[in-house]
Amino acid sequence: MKKYILKRLLISVAILFLVSFVIYALMRCLPTSYLEQVARTKSQQPGSKSFEEWMQQLSATYGMDKGIIPGFFSWLGRALHGDFGDSWRWTVPVTQKFQESVWISFIMGAISFVLEIIIAIPLGIIAATKQYTKVDYLITIVALACFSLPTFFFASLLKLVFCVNLGWFDLGGLVGRNYEYLSPMGQFLDKANHLVLPIVTLVVISIGALMRYTRTNMLEVLNADYIRTARAKGLPEHEVIYRHAFRNTLIPLVTMLGGSLPGLFAGALITETLYSIPGIGYVSYQSMVAGDIPFSMFYLVFMAILTLLGNLISDILYAAVDPRVRIA
Amino acid sequence: MANENLPQDERGSIEEELRVDVVEPDEGEYSLNDDRRVRTLSPTALVVKRFLRNRVAVTGLVILTFMFLFSFVGGLVSPYAQDQVFYREDNQSKQYAAVTENKELRYISDGEGLPSMARAKFVLAQKQGKEGSFESDGVTYTFKQEGEGLFAIYAGDPANPISLATYDTVSSSTEGEELPFALQHAILVAATNDKNSFTYEGKTYSLDASGTVLDGDQEVAYASRYVVQPSMPDVFLSRAFKDELVSSIEANDNEFTFKDDKGEEYSYKLSYDASKSTWSVDQSASTRVFDTYSSPSKAHPLGTDKNGMDMLTRLMYGGRVSLYIGFIVVFIETLIGVVLGGISGYRGGWIDNLIMRVVDIFYCIPSMPIIIILGATMDAMRVDPQVRMVYLMLLLGFLGWPGIARLVRGQILSLREQEFMTATEATGIRASRRIFRHLIPNVIPQLIVTMTMSLGSTIITEATLSFLGLGVKFPFASWGNIINDVNDTYVLTNYWFIWIPAGCCLLATVLAFNLVGDGLRDAFDPKMKR
Repeated sequence: MKKYILKRLLISVAILFLVSFVIYALMRCLPTSYLEQVARTKSQQPGSKSFEEWMQQLSATYGMDKGIIPGFFSWLGRALHGDFGDSWRWTVPVTQKFQESVWISFIMGAISFVLEIIIAIPLGIIAATKQYTKVDYLITIVALACFSLPTFFFASLLKLVFCVNLGWFDLGGLVGRNYEYLSPMGQFLDKANHLVLPIVTLVVISIGALMRYTRTNMLEVLNADYIRTARAKGLPEHEVIYRHAFRNTLIPLVTMLGGSLPGLFAGALITETLYSIPGIGYVSYQSMVAGDIPFSMFYLVFMAILTLLGNLISDILYAAVDPRVRIA
Repeated sequence: MANENLPQDERGSIEEELRVDVVEPDEGEYSLNDDRRVRTLSPTALVVKRFLRNRVAVTGLVILTFMFLFSFVGGLVSPYAQDQVFYREDNQSKQYAAVTENKELRYISDGEGLPSMARAKFVLAQKQGKEGSFESDGVTYTFKQEGEGLFAIYAGDPANPISLATYDTVSSSTEGEELPFALQHAILVAATNDKNSFTYEGKTYSLDASGTVLDGDQEVAYASRYVVQPSMPDVFLSRAFKDELVSSIEANDNEFTFKDDKGEEYSYKLSYDASKSTWSVDQSASTRVFDTYSSPSKAHPLGTDKNGMDMLTRLMYGGRVSLYIGFIVVFIETLIGVVLGGISGYRGGWIDNLIMRVVDIFYCIPSMPIIIILGATMDAMRVDPQVRMVYLMLLLGFLGWPGIARLVRGQILSLREQEFMTATEATGIRASRRIFRHLIPNVIPQLIVTMTMSLGSTIITEATLSFLGLGVKFPFASWGNIINDVNDTYVLTNYWFIWIPAGCCLLATVLAFNLVGDGLRDAFDPKMKR
């Protein structure tokens, strides 16, 4: 087992190295960036240096004047020490901006993750146990509809109903207009109020996939021989389902959910942008659109790390949870 | 419980299937184990049959057919073109001129004017009497009342006033001409003292009751207490216009019509703004404007969008773009995925290893951020919308193939070990035939299911990008960029017909693709379903 984990870790590190190189090369090849914008505005000021001179100076300041390969290694060297440079868009160190924004994303992600599990898994199991009944069809169609909903359309509908027509929530942002004057409890409630719609959006959008996954796996288990044995022994139906079938369904579920744990830090790029929640997703969206290379670079590598970590966790869990799996 | 009946259900349906397939036995013609006794169905026919029995999937198929007709035929049937702009006549009331009755002293100066400090001092001093003096900034000024509401202010030289303070103003009758200060002075003196004539530089001018200054028969200038100023710099207001305007203001009229030299009649609305003590003369002109955000009507069943284009037609063309992009992207994905996955699975060894590591790398590259970054870059470079669409498709296709490659490889790896492949090898069938005739057809079911599902997700991705303004761009329509208008809260609140239909189309299409994909999966894999 140890050997297996070690091997997987090494492969992950190698992949991460290559991925960050690909990302770095891509970012460097971009024909336009924030630097050019800055240089252009600066060169237009009266009595200023020419655009080329500004460009040279700025490139030198930000280490953009080296070739791609030496540039990558110097970036990597600094990144390994935790120094990702200063964000151009936010004019603070990248890691500082990251720490400011990641927690709100994590809280949003964690709450919706829990809600998703609470709602999707029972529904998936019900759909599987009542296969081909009306309930099953209803759940399947709802699941597929949630799965097919474009985030931005759903968010717009929610805004129209709950913000405009009912006026329960604000259209966007994390805090209300009079946030500063509220008591600590009021501030907390204000934030919570602003997070309701984003979380609802996240839950509804992601519920479908988990529901389908649960249903498929539950069906597979229900067709297994040991379930027939359990029934043949004359066990009551709910015992068959919740004791024998459900526990076995948990194996793929735990594997998948474990693998998606790192994703909680990734933020929800689209949802956060739609509701202007200053989490990591929205912050990096703004950085990316502005051509802020240090921040985008950091975010992309961070996402790659999360993906790799997720795969690693689910692989390990797969082996750890199911005693039938033997690792060569 | 329902699932207890399941085995019976299953058995029942199989029997049913057999019953359908059995041709009514022609007694005595075939022996009992004769193959011809049973009409055999090809695997494809079985799949189609199973698919058609799935009501939900068929619903999906119907929605899809409708969407295809809507997008591809609808565009042809629609009487409007994709980017046809509609106009409407709009009566816009624009301010034409403003009239102020002069209730404050105005200063007309020769050369350098009176400093504002001195003006203030003058106003105070003027209330004391008709003549006097005041001091400002070390200069002593004297002033003299020369007529009703007309003061001449002197600094030193008692012959030439440096400035006139007056309630009346003098305007030249000739367009663009400035009157000399001395002439203005002479006119004002004459006008405020109700004289009929005066002389200036040896010439005698006559003055009528309304304040018009005539040089013989020639109108030179006029003095008036009302200041009429055109609101636009290129408009010259004729004397006749001003006169008529002032008289209708004095008559407290709300409307005013004026016939110009060419005999054309114009009508204006007069309104008084008490806070500025100004009359505003508004001319209502009918202007041709874009027919933006017009509500649904017979001509435009879904109204018009912000550019004045027919919404329904845009929706049709948008569907076309969304579907095109979906199909092309999935085609690119599948092409790369099948070729690389196939090579990887069939060859094995180091090639397999290499390709799978490439797949791992692509899996880790966060595609949405990358596309957003590239989209923003294309924005900055002002890439042509058409070229941009091609880039978008290539990019989405190029980032999406690893999933398909993994699927194909996995399938081929397991198929390769099966007996029928050993048999093909043993019978000496050549490699290319083995791959294309025996391996690939076995992968196709899973491939079709995955392709259908990824069509749905590609359409969502494209729509999301277009919604963010980083995908398909104007003048092309796509369902995503139609909904983009909701970013304007006013549209979100007031114009449901702009974005709700597009969202529903999007949802229906993606849902239909998923339903069909789901149905196909069940149809291809009878183990999972009856």
